[in-house]
Amino acid sequence: MELFTNQVLAGIATGAIYACMALAVVMIYQAIDHLNFAQGEMAMFSTFISWQLMQWGIPYWAAFVITLAFSFIGGIAIERILFKPLAKAPILTNVAGFIALFAIINSSAGLIWDFTIKQYPTPFGSAPFLGSQLISTHQAGMIGVTVLLLFGLYFFFQYTRIGLAMRAAASVPESARLVGINTSWMIALGWGMASAIGSIAGMLIAPVVFLEPNMMGGVLIYGFAAAVLGGLTSPFGAVVGGFLVGIFENLAGTYIPGVGNELKLPIALALIISVLVVKPAGLFGRHIVKRV
Amino acid sequence: MTTLLNVKDLRAYYGQVQALHGLSFSLNEGSLTTLLGANGAGKTTTLRAICNMVRSTGGIEFDGKPLNNRSTESIVRFGIAHVPQGRGTFTTMTVEENLQLGAITRKDSAGIVSDIERMYAHFPVLKQRHTQQAGTLSGGEQQMLAVARALMLRPRLMLLDEPSFGLAPLVVRDLFGILGKINREDKVSILVVEQNAQLALELADHAYVIETGRIVMSGNAKDIANNEEIRKSYLGY
Repeated sequence: MELFTNQVLAGIATGAIYACMALAVVMIYQAIDHLNFAQGEMAMFSTFISWQLMQWGIPYWAAFVITLAFSFIGGIAIERILFKPLAKAPILTNVAGFIALFAIINSSAGLIWDFTIKQYPTPFGSAPFLGSQLISTHQAGMIGVTVLLLFGLYFFFQYTRIGLAMRAAASVPESARLVGINTSWMIALGWGMASAIGSIAGMLIAPVVFLEPNMMGGVLIYGFAAAVLGGLTSPFGAVVGGFLVGIFENLAGTYIPGVGNELKLPIALALIISVLVVKPAGLFGRHIVKRV
Repeated sequence: MTTLLNVKDLRAYYGQVQALHGLSFSLNEGSLTTLLGANGAGKTTTLRAICNMVRSTGGIEFDGKPLNNRSTESIVRFGIAHVPQGRGTFTTMTVEENLQLGAITRKDSAGIVSDIERMYAHFPVLKQRHTQQAGTLSGGEQQMLAVARALMLRPRLMLLDEPSFGLAPLVVRDLFGILGKINREDKVSILVVEQNAQLALELADHAYVIETGRIVMSGNAKDIANNEEIRKSYLGY
């Protein structure tokens, strides 16, 4: 029983990270109808920035905040430079854009910081949380930061005018423009926020997976699985999906014979395929009905 | 009477297809003008060209200032509220959020709160449903919501595209009554595009008739309504 509880709690902790990645993916998907394959690499690059800042002697939380700002502006810049010109281009052109972005960021990180694995600090420590062997303080910190972030985002989208404008621009762009909303900038803002959310995920998971240019590959696949499970049209679904995938991944690795640590990733892929076959809109997504 | 909107030699294109062929008309401050014509005559395109939602050439002046080459969202800030065909409701949001979106360019939060109350007085049904998702409203209620959303801008000019479309005759009467009241009491100039010519001519003070992208007739709404020849050849009643 203790093993079970332990695995569920650890699953919730990594699930928090998947939830962040899924949320970032869904935010961009809502704005431009494309999956950002480079979301993980953007997060990885941000994490390297924070590491570099700490190497220069800046304390953890200061580096954290500076990295958030950097990621936010970087996300906006990527949208303005690369994806705004592609807004009316066919799907494949956009996919090529995302893959190019993936390769550019990955290689740049390798060029600047090289591909060796680096230790990344945790501000929470790794002692048992509240004296219990079930969960470490870092895992508790991951859950705590994510929950705070989710409440913050909920408040932003539900109760601020700019959040309302962003929702309007994503749901009916033409009407949004007719009430005077600059939808193009709302998309850029969405990119900035998605990039910042991804950077939080990167900085929280780095002490677990260690820092290196390919650190987010697996995490992003779980993030995609979470987004698909929850429904790509539902930010709430993405978060729930993230936690479910985290728990499922850990339980499958522990209890299904032969899965273990090595075969956890194919489980995420199997999950994506099963959801797409059985319930393509996901748990909380809307079916898109088009009049023809 | 000052001219509020002046359109000169307007030509509009959808890709290679030209939809408006040099259309000119004007609208006086405080007037309620209607644009009549059959299906495909170019009524909707004219409204869309004013808000730069379709490629066009020619002169469009609002209150003496040219509107050409401005983005749709910046034209709204001149005080032009456009209620598009199909109403453009934000269906996944609540009625109240729809109203707040209408005022999204305004900065006076106290004024917005009191204007929402004013809209609820104009349209009591919206107050009953203010927390409901707008997509669950009936067609008539959604049209009321669309008009209320446009008024939340405190517009100087309201462009209405076929407000009667798909509504029951009684609901249309109701709606047009409210439009007349808004025009008189709130001093909002209105340009309304309609297929229901009879009703539009009762409401409007001035009318234009368009056919295949050109103005073929203009004048006092009453004169046009009383002219049997025009009615028969262009308006079909």
